[in-house]
Amino acid sequence: MAEKEILLKVENLKMHFPAGRTLFGKTTSWVKAVDGVSFEVEKGKTFGLVGESGCGKTTAGKCILRVNKPTEGHIWYKGKDISRASRAEMKSIRREIQLIFQDPYGSLDPRQSAGSIIKEAIVTGKERCSEAQVADRVKELLETVELLPEMGDRYPHEMSGGQRQRLGIARALACNPELIVCDEPVSALDVSIQAQVINLFQSLQEKSGFTYVFIAHDLAVVRHIADVIGVMYLGHIVEIMEAEEIYSNPIHPYTKALLSAVPITDYYTEKSRQRILLEGEVPSPINAPKGCPFHPRCIYATERCRQEVPALTDTGGGHYVACHLCGE
Amino acid sequence: MEEKILLDVKNLRTSFFTDAGEVKSVNDVSFYVKEKEIVAVVGESGSGKSVTQLSVLQLIQSPPGKILGGEVWFEGENLLTYSKKQMCGIRGNGISMIFQEPMTSLNPVYTIGNQLTEVLRAHHKNMTKQEAWKRGVEALAAVGIPDPEARMKNYPFEMSGGMRQRAMIAISVACNSRLIVADEPTTALDVTTQAQVMELLLSLVEKNGTSIIVVTHNLGLVTRYADRIYVMYAGRIVESGTTEMLLTNPRHPYTLGLLASVPKLDSDKEEKLIPIEGTPPNLAQMPEYCSFYPRCPYACEECRQKEAPVLRPVGEEGHFMACHRDVKGGKTDG
Repeated sequence: MAEKEILLKVENLKMHFPAGRTLFGKTTSWVKAVDGVSFEVEKGKTFGLVGESGCGKTTAGKCILRVNKPTEGHIWYKGKDISRASRAEMKSIRREIQLIFQDPYGSLDPRQSAGSIIKEAIVTGKERCSEAQVADRVKELLETVELLPEMGDRYPHEMSGGQRQRLGIARALACNPELIVCDEPVSALDVSIQAQVINLFQSLQEKSGFTYVFIAHDLAVVRHIADVIGVMYLGHIVEIMEAEEIYSNPIHPYTKALLSAVPITDYYTEKSRQRILLEGEVPSPINAPKGCPFHPRCIYATERCRQEVPALTDTGGGHYVACHLCGE
Repeated sequence: MEEKILLDVKNLRTSFFTDAGEVKSVNDVSFYVKEKEIVAVVGESGSGKSVTQLSVLQLIQSPPGKILGGEVWFEGENLLTYSKKQMCGIRGNGISMIFQEPMTSLNPVYTIGNQLTEVLRAHHKNMTKQEAWKRGVEALAAVGIPDPEARMKNYPFEMSGGMRQRAMIAISVACNSRLIVADEPTTALDVTTQAQVMELLLSLVEKNGTSIIVVTHNLGLVTRYADRIYVMYAGRIVESGTTEMLLTNPRHPYTLGLLASVPKLDSDKEEKLIPIEGTPPNLAQMPEYCSFYPRCPYACEECRQKEAPVLRPVGEEGHFMACHRDVKGGKTDG
């Protein structure tokens, strides 16, 4: 295999939020939103994080941008540990790492026109540039995301959901980032528009070589866009694999159950396929179960699963699984 | 097949009169639901799929909304001729509705038990509180909520999303509704919970003989559960048929587009998605011709000159679509 250039490496990332306090302010319980997550993202590739709501995928994304300061662990960006970087250092690093949000309406200022939203991002990102240069850049960015130049004068409420999401992308691109963290960027869009935006993400990557961390709950979308997928459950990554393998060779019982719950439109496959229905619900991250996080819902759980947390181990070919029973 | 038709909607038209003009949200829509059947209404936001169902229950806010015409036959009676009071007898007992966001459709300041018994006693005037409470506990147990006695005393915020949706369904179960209209019942839920809720709805059909209308934007969701599908676009039904016909042999360009634009789990990763270009039309400025014309990859001059197409039978019996042309597997034959 060709030499891989690792742009982002997350090592044993933990993010715990205080949940309960005693009368004197001593924290009594913690929400372990992210509890020991490690993964690598290759330059120019897409890493997909999937999981259900509350599994910690968004928190993990926020830690990469240092919106949250991780409780423990390291985040290596271009070989530099940014998990303890100062505010001033982060300011310059954030130019290279950008975020795209789920709700394009909530994340755009309703009182600014599209053009001025993008302009603001250019001006904050760059040191000095003339008015004309900025105007040119705004036009160029609108073009990149396939919006008409006259869209620059419109306000977010005058745009459709798909157009707003394109604007959000244009804003993220304004300071020439290398890494873009996309947090559920297409889940608020209608199906016919979703495909347009997914194709835009892909063509941008082909043209400009961006690296994405793509966070979503829709397995089919993530499989389509990502090169490598990490499946999260209750603050842990339970399986990391090449995107192709998630359908052809899922190993962890949770991945299998998640996969079987995803509805598919192929009539004969859907009617004939076996469905694994999970019992119960995701436990609260405040009182996370001891041992493997998935054991209360796992049909294969053994005594060992109730005691020991399984480590993420290589099963060959870059396929990592955290399950005691893997290989049996 | 000799199944009885439970709900038969004919030429229903609902418009909203806004500053921008008349918005024809439901434009000449006809559909029916047989007993013990799961029917899906699929469409994007703004296609009129929810308004159609709200019109059936006469829950359209007026003004600005107005049901302009049509017939809604339910168990041999035309509901559109009913008085407000008579409609109250239908809602809940005959037809009940489950909404997308169970947090907003449940009252946050009352316990689940309170809300369940309230509905029960509103429909059964001579039911005592104790009886209603007992029925409520039974209904919660029937929808698979563990420890129903204790849950009756919970407030909605103390329950998870899946639980709340189950509680909503429990209200319909407690009333013994003949028809449940589920408006995007699982959109706010996670995939694994989504599967649980859909299985629950399916079990209601099998156990209680309820009929269900599922309104959704997700074609995949209904593949497994629906018997028949209606595809809506811009206030009209553009294609209808059994689930098998629609998914294995889609004939309308919009249905074809919908199917091609969703990423599939087993597709070739190198293949690009084929999106439907453009955006859904503005319902206040609908053209005389086919509303899908501006986005349709198969459109021709004829489509622009003729009036909007009406549903016509194609292929197998029971398969209808509204398109001047006939698109078979992406190929046209005139």
